[in-house]
Amino acid sequence: MIEKTGVPSEAQIKSCFPEKITLKKPKAIIECYKEIPCNPCDTSCPFDAITVPEDINVRPSIDFDKCTGCGICVYNCPGLAISVMQLKDGKVSMKIPYEFTPLPSQGETVNVMNRAGEVITPGTITKVQRTDKMNKTALLHVEIPDAYLYDAITIEVKHGSE
Amino acid sequence: MKTTECLIVGAGPAGMRAAKRLLDAGAEVTLIDRSDMLGGQLTKQTHMFFGSEKQHASKRGIDIMQLMIDDIVNHPKLTVIKNATVVAMYKDRVVGYVIGETYHRIQANAIVVAAGASEKAIPFENNDLPGVYAAGAVQTLMNVYGVKPGHKVLMVGSGNIGLIVTYQLLQAGVEVVKLIEAADSIGGYLVHASKIKRLGVDIETNMSVKRAIGKDEVEAAEIWRLDEAWQGIEGTEEIIECDVICMAVGLAPLTELLQQMGAKIMYVRELGGNVPVIDKDHRTSIERVYACGDMAGIEEASSAMMAGEIAGLSAAVDLGYHVENYEDDVARLRHELSNLRDGPHGEKIRLGLKKLGVLS
Amino acid sequence: MRIKNHPILGFKARKTITFTFDGKTYQGLEGDTIASALHAAGVRKLSESIHRKRPRGFYCAIGNCASCNMIVNGAPNVRTCITPLEEGMDVRMQDGKGRVE
Repeated sequence: MIEKTGVPSEAQIKSCFPEKITLKKPKAIIECYKEIPCNPCDTSCPFDAITVPEDINVRPSIDFDKCTGCGICVYNCPGLAISVMQLKDGKVSMKIPYEFTPLPSQGETVNVMNRAGEVITPGTITKVQRTDKMNKTALLHVEIPDAYLYDAITIEVKHGSE
Repeated sequence: MKTTECLIVGAGPAGMRAAKRLLDAGAEVTLIDRSDMLGGQLTKQTHMFFGSEKQHASKRGIDIMQLMIDDIVNHPKLTVIKNATVVAMYKDRVVGYVIGETYHRIQANAIVVAAGASEKAIPFENNDLPGVYAAGAVQTLMNVYGVKPGHKVLMVGSGNIGLIVTYQLLQAGVEVVKLIEAADSIGGYLVHASKIKRLGVDIETNMSVKRAIGKDEVEAAEIWRLDEAWQGIEGTEEIIECDVICMAVGLAPLTELLQQMGAKIMYVRELGGNVPVIDKDHRTSIERVYACGDMAGIEEASSAMMAGEIAGLSAAVDLGYHVENYEDDVARLRHELSNLRDGPHGEKIRLGLKKLGVLS
Repeated sequence: MRIKNHPILGFKARKTITFTFDGKTYQGLEGDTIASALHAAGVRKLSESIHRKRPRGFYCAIGNCASCNMIVNGAPNVRTCITPLEEGMDVRMQDGKGRVE
């Protein structure tokens, strides 16, 4: 369980996802499983889709109708607990935060990992976003088979040679 | 002897925010710090901060530090004394400090003490070997000086510091073999825990270090499972190959200076140990001496900023300055502080502050 | 032991500083403390404990704990974790409490 290992249960993970049909468009998946005093997801969202009330310890809620999957909350979340998922042509297109060097490059094949830190599938980097506004948290666009929708969360870190 | 209107001991988040409030009120301020940089422990916080916009949430600690420095550093009424270790504080608000091998004295009308905390250790065989390092030390070495602490690290403690430093070790290209925690669940924010677990760092609860192995420095660690009474269970030992054992086992407030001065001190376990007795405006038992930041109870840096502002405002008012919107500002700061402390992670601090008589 | 690439911090190229440790020549970088320069050079044992002569390294790295005390330019008990490294410094391992000459 997450309190002992850091790995959320399948039920916890699925509770953060909308219906699959909604994921035809990209949507933010917020995995903030315990109350912490924090609200940048709310204040950074330009579409008013994420709400954290006046008591900032309350977990964020998201209105999937308003969410455009832009990814701004992904690099603003101090817990790096948000990703964006979209189902498209039998594939999952995900946007994930990434704070390691070197950055992968577009077109590169990477090892995609699950929440337990295990490699589950190869994936393809389709885009790398890193602008000044993002303050050193890059946004990686990764494409993987759609079977891994609820499993994929990040990519394996590849450190440069020393 | 030098004199100053208000002396602030410690240029971390609490001290710098107190300085800002005092300077805004019109006071002349001397800010003294042991290090050659301003910012205290923010100098090594490369991660994004939590909280709300009021505490610059989502900005990185090092960037928040720069904002706070820029806010005060060119103020004509501010004097900064760096590389100076305060070693003596007397009731008449005479303060002794050492720069290099020279002893200096300064007398102040008011003193805000924001001296921070020191890192705790836990007892185990060979815990004095080089390679057994405090987590903050590892962070300093990496993020301030750009030096890796070693090649393979065993992290001990799953509070926010243990979790965050693990992530920062990975960012520096250092392998973290495992993170162990003596309690039966993760102590820090679960988002931090998930962040390192998904990168392959295993977290194991009910585990502690039995001994460090090595002659002149750490070559491995022996860990074992703990029973419900936190005693090691024979037969569960496991050897972990590592050259660093990183201790993230809590902080203790640096209260010595206030004790020496004769301020009333109380032991409050939930606040990290001995803390000065303060009122809700951060006044200690000594007239015109204030305490804030980790020294007044171990908390997050965001809370230290808010507490520093309250302490600075109290000092300004007691020095006779008219602070515009004083009541509103203090009420707002208190509200923000209670907001930061409201969740399940704030339970300990709330309990501690009740014991101290600050919260009812 | 230096970090070459970092995703958040841009470590700038820094000037080399030459110093000696127990008579041997070492090089650190501008901005280093004595302890960080030694650590970067692979030196982790900084002193020996007073009574049992056990090896000591730094512990807190912010000047709290005295575990990193060394003899610097003849002066004992220098907290090397917060003392900036300077060109030509003579750094020695401290054995015992240190004496005032």
